[in-house]
Formats: sequence, C-alpha cells, structure tokens
Amino acid sequence: MNYKKILQKYRKDRTRLIEILKEIQAREGHISEKAIICVADELGLSRAEVEGVISFYHFLSARPLGKYVVYLNNSITAEMAGREKVALAWEREIGCRFGQTSEDGLVTLLETSCIGMNDQEPAAIINGVVFTSLNPDKVKKLVGWMREGRAAEDMVEETGDGANGHELVRAMVRNNIRKTGPVVFGEYVPGQAIGKALETTPECVIDEVKRANLLGRGGAGFPTGLKWEFCRKEKGEQHFVICNADEGEPGTFKDRVILTERPEMVFEGMAIAGYAVGARLGILYLRHEYTYLRRYLEHVLQKMREQGWLGKNIAGRGFDFDIEIKMGAGAYVCGEESALIESAEGKRGEPRDRPPFPVQKGYLNLPSTVNNVETLATATQIITRGASWFRSMGTPVSAGTKLLSVSGDCERPGIYEVEYGLTVKELLEMVGAKDTLAVQVGGPSGNCISEAGFGRKICFSDLPTGGSIIIFNRGRDLFSVVRNFLDFFIEESCGWCVPCRAGNVLLKKKFEKIASGLGTVQDLKEIEAWGKIIKSMSRCGLGQTSPNPVLTTLASFRELYESRVNKEADFIPEFDLSRAVAEASAITGRKFQEEQDHA
Amino acid sequence: MPDKIKFTVDGKECQAEAGMTIYEAAKANGIYIPVLCHYEGLKPVGSCRICSVRVNGRWMAACTQPVTPGMVIENASPDVEEYRKAIIEMLFVEGNHFCPACEKSGNCELQALAYRYQILVPQFPYLFPKKDIEAFPKFLLEHNRCVQCQRCIRAIQAPDGKKVFAMKHRSGRVRINVDRKLAARLSDEEAQKAMDICPVGAILRKEVGFRIPIGRRKYDRRPIGSEIEEKK
Ligand SMILES: Cc1cc2nc3c(=O)[nH]c(=O)nc-3n(C[C@H](O)[C@H](O)[C@H](O)COP(=O)(O)O)c2cc1C
Ligand code: SF4
Ligand code: SF4
Ligand code: FES
Ligand code: FES
Repeated sequence: MNYKKILQKYRKDRTRLIEILKEIQAREGHISEKAIICVADELGLSRAEVEGVISFYHFLSARPLGKYVVYLNNSITAEMAGREKVALAWEREIGCRFGQTSEDGLVTLLETSCIGMNDQEPAAIINGVVFTSLNPDKVKKLVGWMREGRAAEDMVEETGDGANGHELVRAMVRNNIRKTGPVVFGEYVPGQAIGKALETTPECVIDEVKRANLLGRGGAGFPTGLKWEFCRKEKGEQHFVICNADEGEPGTFKDRVILTERPEMVFEGMAIAGYAVGARLGILYLRHEYTYLRRYLEHVLQKMREQGWLGKNIAGRGFDFDIEIKMGAGAYVCGEESALIESAEGKRGEPRDRPPFPVQKGYLNLPSTVNNVETLATATQIITRGASWFRSMGTPVSAGTKLLSVSGDCERPGIYEVEYGLTVKELLEMVGAKDTLAVQVGGPSGNCISEAGFGRKICFSDLPTGGSIIIFNRGRDLFSVVRNFLDFFIEESCGWCVPCRAGNVLLKKKFEKIASGLGTVQDLKEIEAWGKIIKSMSRCGLGQTSPNPVLTTLASFRELYESRVNKEADFIPEFDLSRAVAEASAITGRKFQEEQDHA
Repeated sequence: MPDKIKFTVDGKECQAEAGMTIYEAAKANGIYIPVLCHYEGLKPVGSCRICSVRVNGRWMAACTQPVTPGMVIENASPDVEEYRKAIIEMLFVEGNHFCPACEKSGNCELQALAYRYQILVPQFPYLFPKKDIEAFPKFLLEHNRCVQCQRCIRAIQAPDGKKVFAMKHRSGRVRINVDRKLAARLSDEEAQKAMDICPVGAILRKEVGFRIPIGRRKYDRRPIGSEIEEKK
C-alpha cells in the first residue's frame, strides 16, 4: 500500500499521527512493521516512538486482526445484563477465545472497557458499528452474516430513535431520554446564543457565565467562567477551545445523547467559548467508541458553516471560529484534560505535570480551555436565557440542571435532566428502582453509597457526579462490582507512575484475598492503608481516585467485608497450600490436608 | 540578587530562588528529599513519586512542583516517610530484583533507598512478573529490574533528536522499548552513559562488568542522600 500518499493527505503532520495510524489500520486491518517504518521515517520519529503510540491505544493494533473485530464491552452493567452468556456464545460460534482470532482469520474477539451504552447492554463494537442489547441468539445471527461476508453496517436491522436513525448515523443505539429539563433539553433555537454573545464583549460573556455560577460538568466542577478568564488572560499566538467528548467514566453516556440530539448547542457553546477566550479554532475530541457519530457531526458542522454560525465572520460580526473533530483511539485516561491534549497532539495519552495548566500551556503548548460537552451546551443556554434564569434552578452552590446517565437495576434506565439538589431517594423513585442495595454515584472513581446515604443530595457539595449513576439491587454481589471496577483501573492506568501502576494491582490482590475468605482484620486495615497511599501518591486523577471502589464500599458496607474476614486469626497466608493441591490430591487419592495435620 | 522565596520544610525556615522546584529548593537548604526518577539536568517527569511531600495538606511531587512563597512543606512526617517506603517496596515486588547477582549492586539507587528506608521484607506480596532480557549490540536491557523512571528516554537521543528509548504499552504492561536501528548506532560512550544514568541494573554494558568489586561501590561507602545532608 502507498503509505506516503496517506501521509501526504495529512501533510506529514506529527499531531495527526493517530489519524494516520487509524487510516492505515482501516485499510489493512492492522499497522504492519512496514507501515510503522514508513510512518516513522516520514514523520521524523523513531520506530520505537510510533510503536509506543500504537501500543498505548486499545483500538490500534500492530498485530493482524480478523476481517471482523468484535469488541465486547466488559463494564459491570454488561455483566449484570448477561454478558457472560453472550461472551460464551461468541466463543462457541466463532471457535476461539476472547483475545484470539479465529483460525480462518475471519473474526477477532476482544474485550473493551465501557463503551457508553450502559442502558442497553450487553453491547459490542464490530468494525466500528455499535450493537446493543445482545443475547446468544443475536450473536448466532451476527456470526451467520459474518460468514456470508455481510458488512457490519448492513447488520443493523433497526435504528434507534432521534438522530440515531439519520442516514449518516444509522445506529441501533437508543437515546432513552426519560426526563427532559429546561437547559440541555429545553427550548433551543440554534444560532441565537452566538449572535447574542457577539453583540457584547468577550468580558461580558465571561461575566455572564461567572454570574450563572456554571461549574464544569465533566466531574471536577471547576468554575467555567473563571477557566475562560484565566485562558483569555494568558498570552499566546493562538488560543484553543477543546470540547472533551471522551466520556470514558463507566456508566456515563449523557454526552453521547447530547451529541446525538443537541450537537448544535455544543458547537455553539464552543464558538461562544472561543469568543470569550480569544480562540479561532475549537477541537472536539471524540472518543473512538463514538466514531459512528462522526460523519453526522461533520455534517452538522458543515450546515452551521453554511448558516454563518461557524467559519469566517460569524453572524456578520467579524469573528472567525471553526471546529475540527479529533478522534480518540481507546484509553480512559485520555478524558483527563492534559492527557487528552497529548492525545490530540498525536502522542501517547499520558497526563502532564501541572503547573503549567492547560489554560497556560495546553494544545501545542498554547493557552487552551478544556470543557465537557454538557458544560458547553449549558453555556449556550446561559447566554440565551441569562444567568438569573439559570440560578433559579438547582441549589445556591450547584446552579442549574445535570444530565444523569442511569443504568443498572431499575425499570427505566436512560437519561434524566434533573435539577441539582435531588436526593438519591427521589432519583430512585423516578427511575423505578426497587429493593436497592447500593448506588454508585459518579462511576467507579466516585462513591458507592448504601441506604443510609439515600437522603443525600446530588450536587457539588454533597454527592458530585459527572453523570454516572449505577444501581445495584439486593440480589447483587457487591464484591463482583468492586472487582470489575478495580480491573478497570488496572487496565486503564497509563502506567507512568508507580502507585497507580503497581499499587492498583496490589490492592486488587489484597481485595481478592479478603473476598475469598482468607483475610484477617489486619488485611482490612492494610487494604485501607494501601488505598490511601495510592490516592495520595498518584500523579493524576485516575490514580488519585482508583482505590475508591474499595474505600467507599468499605465505608458504606463495612459489615460485608467484616463478614468475610476471619476474626480470630492474626495471619493467614495468601497462598492456601491445601486448596492449591486439592485437585492433585483428588486425582492421586492422597489426602494432603490430613497428612499435614498429623505430621 | 533576585527576590528570594521563603518557605519552611518540617518547620525549618528556608529560602530559595524563584523558579526552583521543591526538590531543588530543599537541596539548596541542605535538606534531602529522596528521588529516584529525577536526574539532575534532565526534565523531571514525576514518575516514581518517591519525592512526594505534603504541602499545606496536599501531596505533591517535589521534583516537578515549583516552590512558591509561604509553602509549608512536610518532608519528614512519619506518614510521608511511610508512604515513600511503600513506593520503594512496590518497585521491588513489581520487578524481579535479586541484588546479590546484580552488576549494579552497590551503585543502585533503588537498593540504596531500600537501605535508607530499612526495608527487610516488603509489606506487599511479590508479583513475580514475567519479564525478558533483551540484547543490543552495545548493551543489555534487563526488564526485570527496570523501574520505568524514563531517564534513558530523556538522556539518550539519536543525533537528529529521535528517541532511542521509548515507552511501550500501558498499565502494568509498560516496558521500555528500544529502537533497534538507532541503538545499533550508539557509541561506546553513549552506551556507557545510558548505563550510568539508569538508576538500577536494567541497562548494562556488554563485556564489562564487576570492575569495581562489591563492597567498594558508591553506596557501599556513603548512604544515599548523605552528600546533600552533610553539606548543612
Ligand atoms: C481519569 C480521568 C478521566 C476523565 N474523563 C473525563 C471525560 O471523559 N469527560 C470529561 O468531560 N472530563 C473528564 N475528566 C475531567 C477532565 O480532566 C476535565 O476536568 C474536564 O474535561 C473539564 O471540563 P469541565 O470543567 O467542563 O468539567 C476526567 C478526569 C480524569 C482524571
Ligand atoms: S536493580 Fe537494584 S534493586 Fe534491582 S536487583 Fe539490581 S541492585 Fe537490586
Ligand atoms: S531502563 Fe533504566 S533508565 Fe530506562 S526506564 Fe528503566 S530503570 Fe529507568
Ligand atoms: S499512571 Fe496515571 S495516575 Fe499514575
Ligand atoms: S523523583 Fe519525583 S517523582 Fe520520581
């Protein structure tokens, strides 16, 4: 294949390395050694560096893959919805294990972290196309089609509601919008907000957003107006607006629905942010899992340009601003803003040290504001309706509404736009949850609460959340939830720093010791202490929250852990010799345990 | 003279120049903050986290964090030292370190830190990972001992600036990846530099070894950190 031609298409731009690699993989199925050498030489990189990038991302592969690549989601909600049966069906039908390619080279089976479809699990991505609500029968049907050579797009029988059915999307994904609210799903006429913003000064725009007390919806809750102000004040030959659409926190899928149903509101928010900070270019960093939305979003951007809401001389007021889409390639840590910037520059998605912050040195080391999808959409509405309208909703600290992505054990999983200050109990009633044991607020990095906490409020000062709400009823085993979350962090650690990279593996080992009944009171103390070490010493937000599955369940469900540990023993070794040789003993007919006891 | 920044370390009043990191500022005041991934003259990357200090209640890596006026820095609090010890132990169980058989013993910074923190048996279970040894024309890469400090990545580059060493994979699977073509072109001096800069026994020159007998090596004579602490 002519790699040079592809490289020319991307103007041999190093910041577009991931796109280049993706295009090669799309054409050849993987990125061969030959391709790596050519790309490295043409971009002036060493081969080792290109290999470093490929190996960092889940969806890039240097080894040949099958004609069809199945990425089956392994999030906890998929497990709850019968993932194991579906996985077995895949293995049975294809004749190979997950992690392998079938002998005939037709299908590769792989696992992947949460793909943002928690309300319609088990879900998988096959050659870029999303398949939801899978069951063994559907798997059988899909495999039959694969044998016939049908393209993945043509395996979608029925498309979802709203823009999911648009000819440029054609996805079976459902929006499941259960409750609309006045902000993101409120009345909206595209183009109004940007026009209104351009009638005032950038400072006025920032003031309005500050007065509205808009706090970042991506999780950290940083005041948006202040971020824009910091960014505006920084000197640099260019400023950037980056929309964080990486949405990787397991259990979150609200950004997906916003981008499906309200893309103009998000893009308008980016233009408003651009005006506020003095940027001419915005980047939408879209997670790889949402590739199916890309063509549609490009189309929306084009329409907005044609209407004069983007591009040159917006609304006839001399402001130039355009947006380009950059794709992720599969890494949760890339949702962290500095890792996102590294990734957008075509590198491994490893977080940076701060300071300098992105507002000082962001994309291409120039001042950049990184904002969540929902934050930007909300900003658009604030500009149209005003700060006082916005502050009349929610609580004094947490103004406005929040989109919640609800999944797990409830009758109506999906998207809810609610005012801040809603109690967990009220939410549980709203979504039809019964017999609830625990609620995971804010995803694995957030907080697992028990009934004692159901009176608590969803807001920044009590229970903050980027949007993920996962419900577990009394039939669920919380240990398997914790196990799933710990595995997630182990896999998604970027591997840069010791506490996160090694600490989480050790934490999981200790957890398994306790879960299997070999733990003592001392082990409980140690797991708590180790969790604190990882939280304190880790370099970025991933490591700093990764022990939360253990620490927050320990706080809310201590009795569960205590019931598993041996209260009498001071020490039980992790390695249980008699258990390890039980099988061999059975085969040989020798009774290991008793011999030991009598020795 | 430019304005000095005032701060305290464990209650001791200190002064330093603006622009220094906490590590450098402490060092200028005769205070040793242990470091492993950091190396004088290379851009800090904050990967080992051994230099973590608590500043006004918040944890920070001293090698990357700039010192600012009024910082109240804890460097010797029992939990700070305890947490650092845990990091060193994590590194031991995450790799396969058999010091008596290692060419770096006595010159190894990880080993020296373990002595400083009086580690006998780590509190963590050994992970016994499967890691390889790779051979290149001028050196060996012993992955079993690599602590992912990235010093080699930062220090050794090809004449045109290309990276000879780079990170590969992620999570616990991260490895140092050597560009074979570029590595073959390294001079003896550059290979020696790579070995010297590696804090542990992961990069080893071929055909030379145990020139200085164990017992008479750097940290056999003076414990790590003493060069800073003795200056006081
Ligand atoms: C490991 C990690 C993952 C993150 N993932 C996301 C994400 O997927 N989307 C997002 O908007 N913010 C994410 N964040 C938060 C971002 O770093 C950043 O705070 C946010 O994008 C800022 O936007 P906001 O102020 O509008 O919330 C993540 C943070 C961490 C530490
Ligand atoms: S690298 Fe250091 S710690 Fe590891 S075996 Fe060698 S001397 Fe011991
Ligand atoms: S090989 Fe040595 S210098 Fe390079 S990262 Fe590993 S321990 Fe550090
Ligand atoms: S590897 Fe990301 S926090 Fe350490
Ligand atoms: S010396 Fe500071 S993080 Fe390693």
